[in-house]
Amino acid sequence: MRKFGVLALTATILAGTLAATPLQAEEGKPGGTLVIGTTQKARHLNPAVQSGIATAVPGTQIFATPLRFDADWNAQPYLAESWSTSDDGMSITLNLRKNAKFHDGKPITSEDVAFSVETVKANHPFKTMFEPVSSVETPDPHTAILKFTKSHPAAYLAMSGALLPIIPKHIYGDGQDPKSHPANSAPVGSGPFKFKEFKPGQYIVLEKNPDYFIEGKPYLDKIIIKNYKDPTSLALATDKGEVTLYPFLAPTKDIARLKKNDELVVTSDGYAAVGPLNWLAFNTQNQYLKDKRVRQAIAYGFDRNFIINALHGGQSQPATGPVAPGSPFYAPDVEKYDLDLDKANSLLDEAGFKRGADDMRFKLSLDYIPGSAEQQKGIAEYLKPQLKKIGIDVELRASPDFPTWAKRVGGHEFDMSMDIVFNWADPVIGVHRTYLCSNIRKGVIWSNTQSYCNKDVDALLEKAGGEQDQAKRIALYQEAQKIIVDDAPQTFINVLPYHTAYSKKLGNPPLSIWGTMAPLDEVYFK
Amino acid sequence: MNIFMLVVRRFLHAFLLILAVLVLNFLLIHIAPGDPAEVIAGEMGGATEEMLADIRKSYGLDQPVYVQLATYLGKTLTGDLGQSFFYNAPVLDLVLDRVGATILLVVTALIFAIVVGTLLGVLASHNPKGIVSGLVTLVSVVGYSAPIFWTGMLLVIMFAWLVPVFPISGMFDITLSDDFWTRTIDIAHHLVLPALTLGIVYLAQYARLARASMLEILGSDYIRTARSKGVSELSIYTRHALRNAILPVVTIAGLQFGSVVSGAVLVETVFSWPGLGTLAFDSLLARDFPTILGILFFSSLLVIVANLVTDVVYRIVDPRIRTGN
Repeated sequence: MRKFGVLALTATILAGTLAATPLQAEEGKPGGTLVIGTTQKARHLNPAVQSGIATAVPGTQIFATPLRFDADWNAQPYLAESWSTSDDGMSITLNLRKNAKFHDGKPITSEDVAFSVETVKANHPFKTMFEPVSSVETPDPHTAILKFTKSHPAAYLAMSGALLPIIPKHIYGDGQDPKSHPANSAPVGSGPFKFKEFKPGQYIVLEKNPDYFIEGKPYLDKIIIKNYKDPTSLALATDKGEVTLYPFLAPTKDIARLKKNDELVVTSDGYAAVGPLNWLAFNTQNQYLKDKRVRQAIAYGFDRNFIINALHGGQSQPATGPVAPGSPFYAPDVEKYDLDLDKANSLLDEAGFKRGADDMRFKLSLDYIPGSAEQQKGIAEYLKPQLKKIGIDVELRASPDFPTWAKRVGGHEFDMSMDIVFNWADPVIGVHRTYLCSNIRKGVIWSNTQSYCNKDVDALLEKAGGEQDQAKRIALYQEAQKIIVDDAPQTFINVLPYHTAYSKKLGNPPLSIWGTMAPLDEVYFK
Repeated sequence: MNIFMLVVRRFLHAFLLILAVLVLNFLLIHIAPGDPAEVIAGEMGGATEEMLADIRKSYGLDQPVYVQLATYLGKTLTGDLGQSFFYNAPVLDLVLDRVGATILLVVTALIFAIVVGTLLGVLASHNPKGIVSGLVTLVSVVGYSAPIFWTGMLLVIMFAWLVPVFPISGMFDITLSDDFWTRTIDIAHHLVLPALTLGIVYLAQYARLARASMLEILGSDYIRTARSKGVSELSIYTRHALRNAILPVVTIAGLQFGSVVSGAVLVETVFSWPGLGTLAFDSLLARDFPTILGILFFSSLLVIVANLVTDVVYRIVDPRIRTGN
């Protein structure tokens, strides 16, 4: 499957002058209300200035993007009927549909595309998505040409999912700050569903867009996104049938429990683009952790199989490097750091940290993100006695809430910390940020908080980011991953066990690489 | 002092109190660790330094604390509670949207607690050594000692899961029709468990209070006189004893209004009741200063108004206070 994905990605993106084949979906029937349950609270509904699941799920229903991707990483037409990359890779031309309109009836033009790219470039936290865009030319209302300062193949994935919503210039172009624009809480888009009501922290109601530019779609009449206070009550509501679709289901006990429900399907498909990694980060400025051998010793000092099988009940899968398995850029051939206490001990001896009278070599603190007991605290609690076996005295440091943890880790005031970081489809978007020397930024969470700097890695990432030949690009990323895994600025533990639980009554469930962070225009009730 | 003067004096006190509450809350919240800009950036999926600076600037967080305090006080006194950092909406809108749900929950729970509590207390006082009295004492002790969130979760397990007669959480089912009667009945259905959870704690206290108070009054001379005059037991209980016995209940109920509102924070969180409590909880986690301050301001207003109402009710129930004797 992965190989197929790679070939498909190459064929549909890079050769790219032909429009790809449309999504292969079953013919549905109209009607019905889809109830999506979530514990994530949306600040507002405009993904152009806000990342995260809470905004992305409703945002991708309200706003359409130029492209969409299927489950095999194939680019598909969406607002753009067809697209092409110039031979030198310095521009991408999008040919827009001529029948697409915003929910207020105004037509979508290339001006809106240009405005959206500029807005996202200036306001979205993922700066690398459109940083190389020098201008967007609009030779006619249905052609937009993105001009780059350097070759930028990551733009394709950055034009899908929730990453480049086409926002109406006639609304957002009024001079107000798009980050706090009042329209963010009552947006006008062009996606399959129109905004109806938003009660922050409670629910979002979306209604079918009868003038949707894809004929006969969407099938559903309405989507209601309901907030639940915690995963337990959401699982309970799903089990009872109150919720028809529960995306980003992560607690392994709930996964196992919902799998027993005969009326539900529980699948881990639909998260390939997210690439959610759980890792143990090292502050490489720490007097002990600055030595690569110490970091490697810790990586050898614990058993990932125990975490996956005992702590996660076999529901998660191991992570082995900076790119999650399931991505075409994944590197399978890296050091796996299987449990090896002898090797860990000898590495620490070699590094010159002998055991003291109390049998300990040195002491390190370990932080973790509060609120996710299973993925964070539970693993941290396992690591404490486990690392004692190799002579490291671990002190667990709880944070009362997320801001406290973010301040510690973002401020580089930590020794080791558990962390959860997403790939966000293209490595340029979600992977580079945690490794580039230039991205060591104090006070910024999910930057290079490990203070890791390797010029070779920087060069490889830079080269891979601009490589148009997909096979070469993959090879470059795999080489970079090998070095990173060996340098171990963090050690990879597992991929978050994100699952989607949905009613068997649903046809065409959202299982593309973006899952529910993509238009649900194919979904229907059987 | 007549009621009008009382109200005027109380309003003056209230104004000073609110001013003190505003300043204290502002300072307390700014002492707490955690930067709202980082939370917003975290929610956004990370940010650059420029973006963090931009967020701080747009919410005035780059100003010194005393400037922020002065701006806040100035705005609040003109009725502007500011813009929520987290929800991208005016705080006043958010609070007004939620305050109704909290008032509904608190008032229902209080009425339930006062009426049923007093009734149980009266029943228990009829035969202080009987089974009913023992049961009331038992229920009171359990109700009062059990942590509110535990009672809530227990009720959810019992009545929303094992015997699913009530919904698990929320205030109404958004998938149902929004016509007036369907919505009203649905809200009442959703209200039962949260109001019961919040009410049980106070019910226990009022039952104990009413029982003790009734016992004391039933042993007093004027009741003995009434009995010797041949007044019926029902009349003695309802007309002569209860009216006096209820005074401490009214006093405590008024004083406790503040604690019921804070109890509501826990209950709302357990049941996802969309009131000020859940908003406060979410805002605290998000370091959404303007929203937290707005909620604290509103809840202090609620408590002050409730105390004022208690004073007035007290005067109506007890004529001795009204006449100044």
